Amino acid sequence: MMAEATQPGGTEEEKPGRRDFLNYLVVATGAVGAGAFLWPVIHSMNPSRDVLALASSEVDLSPIEVGQAITITWRGKPVFIRHRTEDEISTARSVDVASLPDPQTDEERVQEAPWLVMVGVCTHLGCVPLGQKQGEPKGEFGGWFCPCHGSHYDTSGRIRKGPAPENLPVPGYEFTSETSVLIG
Amino acid sequence: MSSHSAPSFKNPVVRWVDSRLPVFSYMHAEYGTFPMPKNLNYFWNFGALAMVVLITMILTGIMLAMQYTAHIDLAFDSVERIMRDVNFGWLLRYVHMNGASMFFIVVYIHMFRGLYYGSFKQPRELLWILGVVILVLMMGTAFMGYVLPWGQMSFWGATVITNLFSAIPLVGDSIVTWLWGGFSVDNPTLNRFFALHYLFPFLILGVVMLHVVALHVTKSNNPTGIDVRGPQDTVPFHPYFTAKDSVGLGVFLLIFAFFVFFAPNYMGHPDNYIQADPLVTPAHIVPEWYFLPYYAILRSFTDDWWFFSWFLSWIMDAKLAGVLAMFGSLIVLALLPWLDTSKVRSNRYRPMNKWLVIALVIDFIILGWVGGKPAEEPYVAIAQWSTLFYFFALLVLTPLIGWIERPRPLPASISEPVLKGGGSAAGATTAKMEKS
Repeated sequence: MMAEATQPGGTEEEKPGRRDFLNYLVVATGAVGAGAFLWPVIHSMNPSRDVLALASSEVDLSPIEVGQAITITWRGKPVFIRHRTEDEISTARSVDVASLPDPQTDEERVQEAPWLVMVGVCTHLGCVPLGQKQGEPKGEFGGWFCPCHGSHYDTSGRIRKGPAPENLPVPGYEFTSETSVLIG
Repeated sequence: MSSHSAPSFKNPVVRWVDSRLPVFSYMHAEYGTFPMPKNLNYFWNFGALAMVVLITMILTGIMLAMQYTAHIDLAFDSVERIMRDVNFGWLLRYVHMNGASMFFIVVYIHMFRGLYYGSFKQPRELLWILGVVILVLMMGTAFMGYVLPWGQMSFWGATVITNLFSAIPLVGDSIVTWLWGGFSVDNPTLNRFFALHYLFPFLILGVVMLHVVALHVTKSNNPTGIDVRGPQDTVPFHPYFTAKDSVGLGVFLLIFAFFVFFAPNYMGHPDNYIQADPLVTPAHIVPEWYFLPYYAILRSFTDDWWFFSWFLSWIMDAKLAGVLAMFGSLIVLALLPWLDTSKVRSNRYRPMNKWLVIALVIDFIILGWVGGKPAEEPYVAIAQWSTLFYFFALLVLTPLIGWIERPRPLPASISEPVLKGGGSAAGATTAKMEKS
């Protein structure tokens, strides 16, 4: 204090430099500290390791006749597996891809033409679309229809009409043999 | 009638406490001698009613939490146990369930009061915004509470609403996974919703305190919307409004009791008595009735809607537009003090804007009606036009009418229209005959 007071030009006003630096230092340290604590708090709400460790699902395809579909559970979500008819495949492949809301060819969406595997969760707001069972509405394009907000999907699971922005997602999967598939 | 005359308490214990912690002086000043405009009508009951419902909800909620189990395998059964085995469990649950509906009815009427009599205007802007904050917190609390019984509507409502956040560009999916604590609505989701459903009412209570503090600074508006000119325009809170609020409370409790005892499930959905099944979506998912208007706004935005494809499709997809519009419908309310350009508060003296407010209320009711209908014509078109009107009325017509409207002449004081100019002190009680 004494030293400061004797400096030339040193008046009653504080010399700002050093005190400001101290203030910034304190605020910055506090912010970093709070941030470092905030991340564990936020991240604790993300999926825990036991949730992440949920096993992949293996499915036997042999009992599914042409034209039939089954629904299995994977990571708490329904996965649709449809054994498509020739008719359904050719309808899916004859569409002008550029005219679709979410352009994707049918070939990009399947590994084996008859087997359509996808997550059965509407990309609008997460309802399960209808069309898996006999007698359920399949929508205007012969695929699936979401009853919640009226989205129509075609026989390739692509969005054709309604509020959903994207096609039904295709999960990672591989054929472990002719008649079984491993999802996840 | 001055609020600052410190009372002298006769009870020595009260005096001892009050000189150290002035809770008694505070209550006396804020709820005893507090000056209230003497022309308040029954619309001014609803703030007090909302407070009563909030306390009822917190009390019954704490009791229910003692019996409830937040686990996907046990939650549904624990609620049925509350209904069948817990002493008065059925009463606690039905009061809590219908209390949520009552809370929204009361708050919606309370908001209409503010809207119609211009209570949101200068100097009560912050008071109004705090009210909107309370509404948003209430919506969050009600939504999470509805998930807890783990019925079909619980599960699918939670799925649809949490999926709203996936519309946010880039980080949307990560946010949804974070909210869920997994890859779908599941046990971690139920657990955190229970924790937050317990927390939020106390946040609401905190904001309500701020709301009341702000109210006691700016003081109550009144049906004429003009400022209090002096003590001749006011009566003390007690006994005038303790009495008037009690009358309203009696009527309100009768209506509340009617639903609890005679139609406890009238405002609920039967599908929520079916346990949640992640593989089967109910034929149509409807939120609780108090969310239906917002739900209708959300659903209005489809790819084939002309408004969307003309104005919005180049910048965002229909899903994001719907989500933004839904949240926007609440944000617009918070901006109302600056959207309304008229200096006249009460719509009694605003011949044009009065009809706009009435039209807005009808529009809100229509939105609620179509929000509960399936996503098909003619409901989609009605919802879309009603959505447009909602925003057009608040963002365009409200400022415009404020500029072009010629308000009717305002009375010189609160006393004048009642006493026809010649009032004396005896007018204090006759002023209570206020109609409409």
